Parts: sequence; structure tokens; C-alpha cells
Amino acid sequence: MIRQELLLDFTSRFHADILDLEDKSNTRVYVNITPESIVRIGNYLFRNVGARFNIATATDMPPKIEILYHFIVEDINLLISLRVFLDREKPEIESLAKEIEAFNWIEREMSELLGITFIGHPDPRRLLLSDNWPEGVCPLRQDYEEWDITADRTRGV
Amino acid sequence: MGKTIIPIGPYHPLQEEPEFFTLTVEGETVVDIDVRIGYNHRGIEKLSEMKTFENSTFVVERICGICSTSHPFAYTRAVEDIFPMEVSMRSKYIRTIIAEGERLHSHLLWLGLAGHFLGYNTVYMWAWKLREEILDVMEILSGNRNNYAMFKPGGVRRDIRSEDIPICISKIDSIVPTLVMLKKAVLDDPVLHARLKGVGIMSYQDAIDFSALGPTSRASGVARDVRKDSPYGAYQEMEWDMIVTKNGDVFDKAVVRILEMFETIKILKYCLNNLPDGEIDAKIKDVPPGEGIGHIEAPRGETFHYVKSDGTNRPMRHKVRAPTFMNFPTYKATVKGQTISDATIILAAIDPCYCCTERIAVKDDKGRMLYNGQDLIRLSREKTEKIRQRMGGK
Amino acid sequence: MSLKLKALLKSPWVFHLSTGSCNNCDIETLDCLTPRFDIERFGMLLVGSIKHADVLLVSGSCNRMSVERMKELFEQVPKPCLVVAIGTCAGSRGIFKDSYNCPVPLDKIIPVDVYIPGCPPKPEAIIAGAVKLIEKVGSTL
Ligand code: SF4
Repeated sequence: MIRQELLLDFTSRFHADILDLEDKSNTRVYVNITPESIVRIGNYLFRNVGARFNIATATDMPPKIEILYHFIVEDINLLISLRVFLDREKPEIESLAKEIEAFNWIEREMSELLGITFIGHPDPRRLLLSDNWPEGVCPLRQDYEEWDITADRTRGV
Repeated sequence: MGKTIIPIGPYHPLQEEPEFFTLTVEGETVVDIDVRIGYNHRGIEKLSEMKTFENSTFVVERICGICSTSHPFAYTRAVEDIFPMEVSMRSKYIRTIIAEGERLHSHLLWLGLAGHFLGYNTVYMWAWKLREEILDVMEILSGNRNNYAMFKPGGVRRDIRSEDIPICISKIDSIVPTLVMLKKAVLDDPVLHARLKGVGIMSYQDAIDFSALGPTSRASGVARDVRKDSPYGAYQEMEWDMIVTKNGDVFDKAVVRILEMFETIKILKYCLNNLPDGEIDAKIKDVPPGEGIGHIEAPRGETFHYVKSDGTNRPMRHKVRAPTFMNFPTYKATVKGQTISDATIILAAIDPCYCCTERIAVKDDKGRMLYNGQDLIRLSREKTEKIRQRMGGK
Repeated sequence: MSLKLKALLKSPWVFHLSTGSCNNCDIETLDCLTPRFDIERFGMLLVGSIKHADVLLVSGSCNRMSVERMKELFEQVPKPCLVVAIGTCAGSRGIFKDSYNCPVPLDKIIPVDVYIPGCPPKPEAIIAGAVKLIEKVGSTL
């Protein structure tokens, strides 16, 4: 499948869900989609197109939270990034980890660092932060402030 | 037979991948595995948002000591992808040289540790002795044994002097005979065959489902290598082969890594011999608003960086994905059904770092200590010994 | 106490503990064992269990999760025990000073006897540090 065919097929299949498509360069395409369609589109890319899931990156951009799901189609060297915007106050999105193992860890990571809820995640435990980290404090949010009064920011020694 | 819970860990030194395993065993067989990571989380992504674009290279370098080239490499490529821009040919070659040198020493390191866990300390000592030569080369080229600080957005920070090149080539040449010997010793050893073949198999489908990367997936027949698929650096300038095997067991993972070292030597020597002239630094002034993605093939698989800029001199968001983040969960597929004495080498086979496996402790469900890391290595060695005797004391 | 220390100095067994390091310090420590540097010349041996250790080599910038483990381990070491901080991370947290997950530097948590700076310190520096440690403790006996 060549690049043009793939993109045409992709846009015609999901035209109702695609809000905007940015053809940034030969190897990068950013697709803005509705949050409800992420499971369908993600599954399609992973299972039918045979794309490899790179990773997902979430960014806090008040008043929204943005998640980018990066998929790479290796045969034609094309990186497709699916972009969804969530409400910052109540960020919720359907989990892809139910069907694809590769999403498991990254969704856990995003949920603790940015406070995003993944609905239906099979294993929503903590991944990175320690057990005594307070609930609801998300270090990668823009308004994160140090909560630990014992922390020492001098050089020691 | 009652189930026993075995906690293994914690400590693993890549950025996000220190871990604490809980193996559930029945007798000798592992029936379930669970992981808790976070012992090494240092908030690098947040730290990077506090630094300027140029200073962030130093932070990402300290994500992982053995991947101290691949992270800056991916990061600088991500920053360059914001424009997008291309760096000069000379800096591409220099970047490739440093990256391949790192791959060589990293694979040697893995080989040594794998030998150590199997009870072949000779392999361990040999491989690490060879590794010293490569570190010497890196020290000549960059000034430090690890954490080379060679990369910057737009080029490289330090040039390679032409009078250093012959020394480096002769040093690299000097390890080849020993490497060939080591390859024979490892690949033709009947005990290692008995010990590693058919152990910890990851099927092709598993490799796809977990999105496994690098040698871990190439051993399962997934012919994917970022250096071939989306060429960067100087990799498309010369001939080299991607090593793919199809069995997916620990032995094949070792084969892939060992054969890859020879390809790496090929690339290294080509780059050193054909280093083009030119500028090494494009002197980036301002980074425009936008986002960029950089991904490169690290020794363990694809490293992925995403940088978002809002037009200031600091990244607004910087996401780091190290290869082990994707490779780690494959344990769920490989360790189940194996024996405890094989668990160490399967855990080591995807090339995490040694720290985790050093600190293995086996406890029963009341939390009493049954075995510690030493005992597990001992168990592993005893098994090697048993096989050796069964084969007629070879 | 001092007799024990004296005996300890003949052949210090070291246990290596990483508290959220980048792995370079750990690898350089392990490198000391390999043929080129061969720290076993000085009777030093890397042991796998904290219960056998006389010297604790700590690397890394003490993140929240590993600090708990480290305190536990420090309780279990047979005393007297010497602590060596390897690398800039363990000394002053270096570049990780402002990280949200590295709240307190190592020497505010457990007493440190020797600092070996460097990022990572070369194996030669680690050996020199070990020798200095032996000299320092030896002179107080
Ligand atoms: S001091 Fe440097 S090399 Fe050592 S653990 Fe820290 S960052 Fe890594």
C-alpha cells in the first residue's frame, strides 16, 4: 500500500470521526479525531493496517488535555499521530488496553501522571509513582506544585 | 500443590523501567507474573520542561547510562523535526559513529551478563574485557567513557580529529578475532544449546501484540529496524544486513545480538573511513512553535521522543519512551510455564540491565526469605552443570 | 568495635545499591571487577546479599520508592558498615535536584563516609575512593 492510497482509504472510512488532517511532512501525519472513535480507529490501524503502536503522549494544555497516539506504518515509513482533546476537569477516554496489550502500561502511566481516566482499563494500578504519593496530584499538569513539605532542594553535602 | 509467591526486585536502571516482579510459582513452574515499576522514576520529563532546548540533551543523556547516545539522538531528531531541518553530512556520520559504538559496547555488556547468569563467568570476563577496548575508542572520540555529550540540536558538539581515526580503527580491528572466538564459543556450545533453546519463547504474534522492539522482536521473526525502515543518520550510505531469526527463544535473542555486533563493526569502520568534510553544527537560534517526533534504533529497540514547543526556549512537553517500556511487558508471554531456574535468563534476555536480576529474592507467601539472587544464580548454574554431566561431562 | 573495623578493612565486601540511578555508575562499579581493573586484588568482593556486606556502595538520586527500600536495607547491614556515595547523583543529586520524585539527598538519609564525584566516576576513581576509604578508617584505629 502506498502512502496516498492508505490516507485516502483511511479518511473515507472514518470521515465522520476525523475533524482535521494535517499532512506535516513526508513521514508525519497528524489526524485530529473525536475521542469517542479512538477505539475503532486505533484498532483499525493496529489490526488491519498492521501499524505498530509507538506510544501515546499526553500534554496538559489548559483548558484541554491533549493525547496523541502515535502509530507507525513501517513499510511506507509513515508516522500517523491520532490527536484527541479531552476536557481538563474530567478527562475520560475509552481504554485501548482491553484489546491490545501494548497500550497497557502507557495508559497506566498517563492516568497517574496526568490524571486521565481510561474507562475499562483491565489493570488500573499505579505504575511509576510511589505508594505514598497523594491521590489526585498529577506531576505533569501545568499547575503542579510541590506538595511534600519535607523535600529539600539544596545540594546536600 | 500450593502456590508460592516470589517477589523479585526492585531496581532496574532505565528511566521508567525499574521493576518489582511477583512470580507465582507452583513447585518449580512459574504460573503467573506481575510487575511493579517506579523505583527509578526521576521525573525526567518534568525536568526537561524546566531546561532550555540545548540543556535538555544533558538531562536525557542521564536517563540511561548504556543508552546515553540513543536518547539525545532521538531528542535532537525530535527538535529538528519541529522545523523540519536536516543536519550536515559530517555531523550525521559522527552521530552514527557514536551510536554504533554504543550499540557495540551495549551488546557486549549484555553478552557478559547473560554469561554470568548462566554460570559462564568466563564469557562475562571476556566480553567485558572486549568492551573496555570500545570504551577506549569512545573516550578518544568524545572524551568520556559514557555520557558522551556529543549531541546538540542542529549537529554535534565536538568534532572528530582525523589523527584519532587510525587509532580507533586499529582498536576496533583488534577485538574482531576475540569476538569471532567468542561467537563460536557461545553459539557452538552444546550446553548453551541445551540451556537456552526453546526457553522463554515469544511467538511472532506476541511480538506484534506487545509491540516489542529491537533484538527482542527481531529474534521472533519481526523484521523491523528503525535504521532500515525510516533511515536517519548515515545508515543508508553503506551496506549492512538486518539480523532476523525466527524461533523467539533466548538462544535466538543471543544470536541476533552477537551477529549484530559484526554488522555494527562494519558500519563503524565504514563511517570512520569515509567521514566527509563539512560543518558540524547548524547553530539553531530559535525553535518555532510546533511539535516534533524523533525515533531511532537504540541497542535495545526503538527509542521515541516527542517534543512540543510553544515558541519559548524551553520544551513545553517532552515525552520519552525507552525501548524497554514496550519490551518489558513481554515477560507476561515468555516467563509463564517456565521453571524458576530459567526465569533469570529469560528476564535477562530482553536486555534490561543487570541490577534487577542481581537483586532477585525468593520468598514464600508468609514473606520468609527462601532464596535470594545468589541462590537463583546458583540454581541456574546447577542446572547448567546437570546438563553438562548428562551430556557426558563436556 | 575497632577490632571489627580492623578486620573489615582486610577484605571489605561490598554491596551495591542503586537508588534510581542512570545505570552508568552501577556499570562502572561492576567494571571494577573485570580483568582490566580487577578490584578483587584489594580483597574486595561484590556480594549478592546485604547480610554479608561491610561496605554499601550507593548510587543514584534517591527516588521516593527506592528510598524506603534503602532505609530497610540499611537497618539490615551488620554494623559497623561504611557507606560510599558513588557519582554526582548520590553526592548532591546533580541534575535531578529539582525533580519531583527525588525529594531528599542521600546524606540527609543515611550517614555517608566517602563521596566519589563524577558522572559517572571512572573505575580508576572508584578504586582510588575505595583505597582512600580504607586509609581514612585505618588511620582512626
Ligand atoms: S552520577 Fe551520572 S552516571 Fe551516575 S547515576 Fe547519576 S547521572 Fe548516572
